[in-house]
Amino acid sequence: MSTLRPVVHRAPSERVLAWLRANLFSSPANTVTTVLVVALIAWLGGRFAEWAVLDAVWGKAGVAACNALAGEGACWAVVAEKWRQMLFGIYPPAEQWRPAAAVVLLCAMLVVSAMRGFWRPWRFAGVWIVGTAICAWLMGGGLGLARVETAQWGGLPITLMLAVYGTFLAFPLGVLLALGRRSQLPIIRSVSIAYIELVRGVPLITVLFMASIMFALFLPEGISFDKLLRAQVAIVLFNAAYIAEVVRGGLQALPRGQYEAADALGLGYWKTQLLVILPQALRITIPAQVNSFIDNFKDTSLVIIVSIFDFLYAVKQSVVSDLDWRHYFIEGYLFAMAIYWVFCYAMSRYSQWLERHLNRDRRS
Amino acid sequence: MWASERFRNLVAQVALVLLIVAIGGYAAHNLVHNLESRSITIGFSYLWHEAGFDISEKLLAYDPTNSYGRAFVVGLLNTLFVSAVAIIAASILGLAIGVARLSPNWLLARLASGYIESVRNVPLILQLLLWYGVITDVLPPAADALRFGPVYLSQRGASLPWPEPHGAWSAALLGLVAAFVATLWWWRRARRIQMQRGRAPAVVWPGLLFFVAFPALGWALLGAPTGLSTPVLGGFDFEGGKNVSPEFMALFLGLSIYTAAFIAEIVRGGILAVPKGQTEASEAIGLSRGQRLRLVILPQALRVIIPPLTSQYLNLTKNSSLAVAIGYPDLVSVSNTTLNQTGQAIEAIALMMAVYLTLSLAISGLMNWYNHRVKLVER
Repeated sequence: MSTLRPVVHRAPSERVLAWLRANLFSSPANTVTTVLVVALIAWLGGRFAEWAVLDAVWGKAGVAACNALAGEGACWAVVAEKWRQMLFGIYPPAEQWRPAAAVVLLCAMLVVSAMRGFWRPWRFAGVWIVGTAICAWLMGGGLGLARVETAQWGGLPITLMLAVYGTFLAFPLGVLLALGRRSQLPIIRSVSIAYIELVRGVPLITVLFMASIMFALFLPEGISFDKLLRAQVAIVLFNAAYIAEVVRGGLQALPRGQYEAADALGLGYWKTQLLVILPQALRITIPAQVNSFIDNFKDTSLVIIVSIFDFLYAVKQSVVSDLDWRHYFIEGYLFAMAIYWVFCYAMSRYSQWLERHLNRDRRS
Repeated sequence: MWASERFRNLVAQVALVLLIVAIGGYAAHNLVHNLESRSITIGFSYLWHEAGFDISEKLLAYDPTNSYGRAFVVGLLNTLFVSAVAIIAASILGLAIGVARLSPNWLLARLASGYIESVRNVPLILQLLLWYGVITDVLPPAADALRFGPVYLSQRGASLPWPEPHGAWSAALLGLVAAFVATLWWWRRARRIQMQRGRAPAVVWPGLLFFVAFPALGWALLGAPTGLSTPVLGGFDFEGGKNVSPEFMALFLGLSIYTAAFIAEIVRGGILAVPKGQTEASEAIGLSRGQRLRLVILPQALRVIIPPLTSQYLNLTKNSSLAVAIGYPDLVSVSNTTLNQTGQAIEAIALMMAVYLTLSLAISGLMNWYNHRVKLVER
């Protein structure tokens, strides 16, 4: 593919000029575009910088300082004033180091799981079981820590938990559904197809409604589940269908020869799947799984509609319900956007990197 | 017997059926008991009862004395309407950004990718809340509305001039449909002629002509009314004209801006998927730039673009259910109110799901048909 080009040595300034000419001023139309884009960025960026930085109220300042601006500048004081409520909801303030530690721990577990050295079933399971137990202890208390009911949990830990466990617990179910969809057995196949298509055909919100309103009707009287747990179950059941489709993509990408070779070795169905097919199929779907995790992470914000105190709800509630500060919700929402963005962007870069990385491995 | 694979398969399937029946039976048993103790009768008869709540936006005549069934239809039409409008806007915006992303101009390409990366990494519901907040809290009250020509922007949404109701406008709408059919017919005819003689009659100009002439004809035949109702500030709100509510605006903006980011990536992928050799080959046989794009690049790019594009349209339609967060009376919103008033949770949720499911299945059915049609016919 690559053709040999003569190497020309140029001074750095010359190289910059050549780059500018090639990328910004290659033709009259290109030059006009450059000028227009620069003007647009300067105008929009300038106005935004003025509002968000230059004229803004920074640090802990009273609401009066913000009101004095009359909307000319951003009121970051609202974030300085309420960041604890935004991040941790109505968790008892004296104990808020606990959800903070849980968030750090969950993030650390995610980072560790992203490293390839960790992709061994036992290491992976070990870290997650121990980490989950510690998180549960930090959040709920007991064993020397004060008890905190789930009704008081809120904010970022809830969002992370819904997303992380909503994906991990859905994973086994998703794999089973994917295998079921490709099964030779007609009943198992049709049940799997019906489940996957049914769930993928409806919005998450209807499933959440089902969990929060309808679910109680199907249980014996007197038995009720925690609201948070019901939402978590709904998210798990919802994600399983999407994960199943991703896994199916991986299964379909495997050449027939793999099945035939496993047959030739005399392996049964489960041994074929567990030892030959799934290790390869799941591996090629990892980048897609990360993408579906990102979608899931964003989608957890929908629980706000069934009044679960996730991060978005905590941000909204802490600003909008406060008569003094309620006009500064834009700053609050921008803060929430920044946090969601950092998580999603980091994960999407990771998924892109992973895709290249795994492909490189495969070629060698 | 256990050693026989057929026997084991049979057992596995029977076990699955038994499990489903058992869980279903247990749930049904509890359900009957629970409904009895709450004195709710199951069934859809509530759909004919008087709803008693008003709906702020409707494409169909509706008032609180109408039935829950009618309210449901009004909500459904709102869902379909906002989805359709947002799909059009998202497609145009997405196409523009996708093409900009591939621009030879480095700055423009960066700007487009900045848009994509910042929009798609933030939850849609948060964007909706932000837009809604900006419209209702940052825009001036109606008395000091921002004015853009005949259009006013304020906390009450947008107010724009709108033609007085008249039969001629329905005729114009009918003309639009006729123009669509006529253009389709003309296009097929042009293709047939191209196949036969190697030279196609013009399509774009006659098509445009149809789209201008037919509605104009319908409008003129029924009296050519020119009465416009313009918004006039009266007290705290505008009177006359057409008001676009803040809820609709926020939902429309949020849905189209969010989905456009995904469509842009699809468009970019589709264009990149056409091998460079195709461009070179069409240059070699002397096609002009427009012909190259129209006859060689686009048909191939579309084959890659359409399937994921449809699933984005479907996502947008499903995402329109987030309307409930900002109070736009869509299907979910109306069903939610119904459910709270009547207690018929199962029926309301089932109806809601059935609607989305029908839409999904219908669109994926269409998709399969399309894929089958454009599939590469290989040797």
